[in-house]
Amino acid sequence: MSAPIEQSPGEIAAHVEEPMRATLAAPRRGRGAAALLGWTRRNLFSSVPNTILTLVALALLVWFLPPLINWALVKATWTGGDPKLCREAGGACWALIETKHRFILFGLYPHDQHWRPLVAMAIFLSAIAASCDPRFWNWRLAGIWAVVLAVGGWLMWGGFLGLAYVENARWGGLPLTLILATLGIVLAFPLSILLALGRRSDLPAIRAVCVGYIEIVRGVPLVSVLFMASIMFPLFLPEGLTIDKLLRAQVGIILFTAAYLAEAVRGGLAAIPKGQYEAADAMGLGYWQKMGLVILPQALRLVIPPIVNQFISCFKDTSLVIIIGLYDLLTTAKTALTDPPWRPFYVESYVFAGLVYFGFCFFMSRYSQYLERRLNAGTRR
Amino acid sequence: MVTKGAWWNDAGVRAVLYQIVVLGAILLLGWYLVSNTLANLAARNIATGFGFLGREAGFAIGESPLAYAPTDSYARAILVGLANTVIVALVGIAFATLIGLVIGIARLSSNWLVARLATVYVESARNVPVLLHLLFWYALITEALPGPRQALNPIANVFISNRGIKFPLPVWEAAHGWMAAALVVAVAATLVLARWARTRQAETGQPFPIIRVGLALILGLPLLAWLAGGAPTALDRPELKGFNFTGGHTVSPEFVALLLGLTLYTAAFIAEIVRSGILAVSRGQTEAALALGLSRGQVLRLVILPQALRVIIPPLTSQYLNLTKNSSLAVAIGYPDLVSVANTTINQTGQAIEGVALVMAVYLAVSLGIAAFMNWYDKKTALVSR
Amino acid sequence: MANDPVILLDKVNKWYGEFHVLKDIDLAVGKGEKVVICGPSGSGKSTVIRCINRLEEHQRGRIVVDGVELTSDIRSIDAIRRKVGMVFQSFNLFPHLTVIENLTLAPLWVKKTPLKQAQETAMRYLERVKIPEQAHKYPGQLSGGQQQRVAIARALCLKPDIMLFDEPTSALDPEMIKEVLDVMVELAGEGMTMVCVTHEMGFARTVADSMVFMAEGVIVEKAPPKEFFAAPKSERTRQFLSQIIGH
Ligand SMILES: Nc1ncnc2c1ncn2[C@@H]1O[C@H](COP(=O)(O)OP(=O)(O)OP(=O)(O)O)[C@@H](O)[C@H]1O
Ligand SMILES: [Mg+2]
Repeated sequence: MSAPIEQSPGEIAAHVEEPMRATLAAPRRGRGAAALLGWTRRNLFSSVPNTILTLVALALLVWFLPPLINWALVKATWTGGDPKLCREAGGACWALIETKHRFILFGLYPHDQHWRPLVAMAIFLSAIAASCDPRFWNWRLAGIWAVVLAVGGWLMWGGFLGLAYVENARWGGLPLTLILATLGIVLAFPLSILLALGRRSDLPAIRAVCVGYIEIVRGVPLVSVLFMASIMFPLFLPEGLTIDKLLRAQVGIILFTAAYLAEAVRGGLAAIPKGQYEAADAMGLGYWQKMGLVILPQALRLVIPPIVNQFISCFKDTSLVIIIGLYDLLTTAKTALTDPPWRPFYVESYVFAGLVYFGFCFFMSRYSQYLERRLNAGTRR
Repeated sequence: MVTKGAWWNDAGVRAVLYQIVVLGAILLLGWYLVSNTLANLAARNIATGFGFLGREAGFAIGESPLAYAPTDSYARAILVGLANTVIVALVGIAFATLIGLVIGIARLSSNWLVARLATVYVESARNVPVLLHLLFWYALITEALPGPRQALNPIANVFISNRGIKFPLPVWEAAHGWMAAALVVAVAATLVLARWARTRQAETGQPFPIIRVGLALILGLPLLAWLAGGAPTALDRPELKGFNFTGGHTVSPEFVALLLGLTLYTAAFIAEIVRSGILAVSRGQTEAALALGLSRGQVLRLVILPQALRVIIPPLTSQYLNLTKNSSLAVAIGYPDLVSVANTTINQTGQAIEGVALVMAVYLAVSLGIAAFMNWYDKKTALVSR
Repeated sequence: MANDPVILLDKVNKWYGEFHVLKDIDLAVGKGEKVVICGPSGSGKSTVIRCINRLEEHQRGRIVVDGVELTSDIRSIDAIRRKVGMVFQSFNLFPHLTVIENLTLAPLWVKKTPLKQAQETAMRYLERVKIPEQAHKYPGQLSGGQQQRVAIARALCLKPDIMLFDEPTSALDPEMIKEVLDVMVELAGEGMTMVCVTHEMGFARTVADSMVFMAEGVIVEKAPPKEFFAAPKSERTRQFLSQIIGH
C-alpha cells in the first residue's frame, strides 16, 4: 500500500518478518573476531534503519553512561561516615549507606538484636520458596507454616526463652516489609480460595456475596483500604478494645490481597476441564471432597506463577504503609534523610532501597518463570 | 424400591440452608460492626452524615483547574481533588501508552542493542514500588533543580526550576475559538469521509487513503482557521519578577513528580502487554497474508493489529485502572488529588467514615464503569470457536 | 511437457545462519505440470516451496516464476504473489474474519475488486470446495478439513496460475484428508500448475506428472511417478519409500 504508512509500523513488520533471526541472535563464543564481526553485522547493522537505531542507542549510552559511572563509581565516596567528604568529592555518597544501612534495613529494632529479624527473614523466605514447589504440597505444609509463624513471631517479639522483648512499634525496614507481604499472601490464600469457590458456586446468594467483595476491593485503591484500616477499624471494635497500627495495616493488606488472589485462583479453576468435575461427581464425591481432592490440587498448580506475581505486587505495595506511618523499607530510606547533613544524598538512599526491592522482585519473577517452565514440562507428559 | 430421604438431605433444601447460614453470618457480623461503630461515634460525639460537605472548607488547594477559594465548601474542595485526579490520570495514561508502545516494540526489535536497552528499562522500572518512583522524582525535582532565579531555560520561554515548570500559553483570542470549531468540523468530516470511502471501495473497488486525508484535515483545518483569524501569536510569557515568576502557565513539582512516576512505572507494564500482544499473532498469519499478495502495511492493518488489539486491550484497560488507582499515592507527595483532599477533610472534620466511603465510591464507580465497557468489548470481539 | 517452464529454480542455495538448507536445487516446472515433492522431515521441502513465493529469501542461484526473476524488488514480489496461491499445513485462516471475509480480503485490497463482485467470486469458489453454507461462520467454528478447503478457496480467489501446497493434509484426521484431496484432484484436472509437498502417495500416483525426492537439502531424484515408485534409482529413495509405504 502506501509508503508512509509502511514506514511507521516498520519495526513491527520487521519483527513479524524475522522472529527467527532474533532467536538465533546469541553471539557464538569461542569463534574469535570473525564470528564476533559477523554477529555484529547481523544484529546491529543488518540494514540502514537498523544501523540508525544502533547509532541512536549508542549515542544515548554515550550521553548517559559516562556521567553515571563517573558519579556512581569514579567520584563516589564509599566510607568515612562524613557527609562533608562526600560534598567535597562531588560524586555519589555511598558513605550514607555505610552509615545508615542498619537503620534502613532494620528500622528502630534494637541494634544488638538485628540477628533476630535476619534469621526470621531467612526462615520466611525458605518457607515461601518451599511452598511454591508442588513437591512439598501436602497437609503438612499448613503445619510447617504454623511453626514458621510461631518461630518468626518469637524471634521478632521475643520476651521468653531468653530473648528480650521488642514491641512491634520498633519493627521496621526490610523485615517489616517482608512480614507484611508474606503474611499478606499466606493468610489471604485460604480466604481467596473460599472467595474463588464462592464466585463459581451454584448458590446465587453466596456467589453474589463473593462477587461483590472481590469487585469492590479490586475497584478501590490500596491507599483507601489502608486509610479505612487505620481510621475506621478502631471504630468497628467494641469500646475499650484497641488494636495496634501494624495489625490494622496487616489486616487491610490481607483483605486487599485476598480479592486479587481470588481472581488468580478462579482462573485456575476455570482452566480445569469440565470432565474432571464430572468424573469427580460420577465417583460420588461430595462438594468439598471433589474440590479438595480433585479440582484444587490441579487448579492451584496452574496458578502458582500468578500467585508469585501477586506476591511481587504485594511486596511492592507494602511500601504504601508509609502513608499511615509504619516504618517499612521505603519509609526508613526516606527517614534516614531527615538527618540534616545527609539530606542532599536522597538519590543514594532511594537507589539503595530500590536495589533491595529490585533484587527481591527480580529474583521472584525469575523463580516464577522457572516454576512455570517446570510445571509445564510436568503436565505435558 | 423407592425410599423418601429425610428433608434435610434434599439437595435443594440444603442449598437454601447454606445460603441462609452464610448470609446470616455476614449480616450478624455487619450488625456487630455497625453497632460498635455507632456506639463509638456516640461516645466521641461525632455526628454521622454528609452534612459537613456544605460547610466552609477553610484550607487552600495548591493547584486547581476549577475556581476554588478556602471559603468554598468541602464539596467544592473534593470536586477540585477529583478534577486533579482525572487530569493526572488522563495525561499519565496518554504518556504511558505512548512510551509503553515504543518500548514494547523495541523489545521485539531485531536490533540486539535496542532490544536489550528496552529490557533493562522494563525490568528496572517495574521491579520497584511505584511509590519509590514518586518519592525519587519528587526529591530530584525539589532538591536537584535550581531555584526560580537560576531556572533552567532549555527552550525560549520555558523555565524549569524547583517550583515546577513554567511555560507560555497563547493569549486567548477569537481565532482560537475558530480553531476549536475547525477541529470539530475536521473530525466530523473525516468520519463522513471514512464512511464514503468504505462504500466507494465496496462499489468500485478503489480504496481511498483515508488515514492520510483525515490527518491532513484534522491538522490543516485548524491551521487554516488560525491563519484566517489573523494568525495571532501573542503569548502569555512567564517572567521572573523578584523571587518568582509571573505570567505563563505552571505545572507544579508535585504534578510533574506524580506524572513521571506513574508514567514510567505503568509504561513498563504496558510495554510487556504490547509485546505479548504482538507475539500472540502467529507467524503463520503474516505468512498467509503475504502469500495472498497483501503489502506489509496492509498485513499490519488488516491482519495483525485487529488480532493483537484483542489480546492487548483487556490488560491494557486494567493497567489504565491501575494507573488511576495509583494516582491516589499523590497524598504521599502532596499533590491535591481526591484522596489527598479527602484526607485533609477527614482530619479537619473527623468524618472518617464518610470521607473514606466517598473516595471508595468514586473509584468504584470508575472501575465498575470501565469493567462494564470491558465486558461489552470482550463480547463484541470474542473469537468465535467451537 | 516442460517446453517453457513457469517455475525455474537454477542452482538455488540457502543458508540459515551457518546451516546449509538448500544445496544447488535445480527444478523446472512447465505450465500445467503437477510436481509432488517428498522426503524425510527437515530435508528442506517447505523451504523450497516457500522460496518460490519469497516467504524465504534464497542467497545464491536464480528463481524465475512466469518470466519474472525473484529479487528483493518489492514489485516483482508483489506480482509473483498475485500469480501464486499457497496453502499451508496449518491452514492459517484469519480467525478474526468470517469465511467469506477471509476469501474477499485479498481481492478487495490487492486486486481492488468491488465488494459485490468479490463476494460472488468467493461464493463460487466456496461452492467448488463444497462448503457454501459455511460462508458466514468464523474459522474457529469449522472442522479441520473444512478449514483447509476454505484456505484452498481463499488462494483460488486471486485466480492464480500456480498453486503451492505445503503438506495440506498432514494436520488432518484421516476422514478429512479425503475431502481435501478430492478438491485438489479436481483442481489438477482443470490444468492448474501445482507444486505439492505431500506424503499422500495415492494422490501422487494419480495426479503427479513428476515426483521429486529430497534429502538433506538436495534433490536426490526426479522422475515420473511410474518410474519413481516402480524402480527408484537411488538407494536413499528406496529406503524412504519402503518406510512410508511399508508400515
Ligand atoms: N527459520 C529457520 N531458521 C533456522 N533453521 C531453519 C528455519 N526454518 C527451517 N530451518 C531448518 O531447515 C531445515 C529444513 O526445514 P524445512 O521446514 O524446509 O523441512 P521440511 O522438509 O519441510 O520438513 P517437514 O517434513 O518436517 O516439514 C530443517 O533442518 C529446519 O530445522
Ligand atoms: Mg515442512
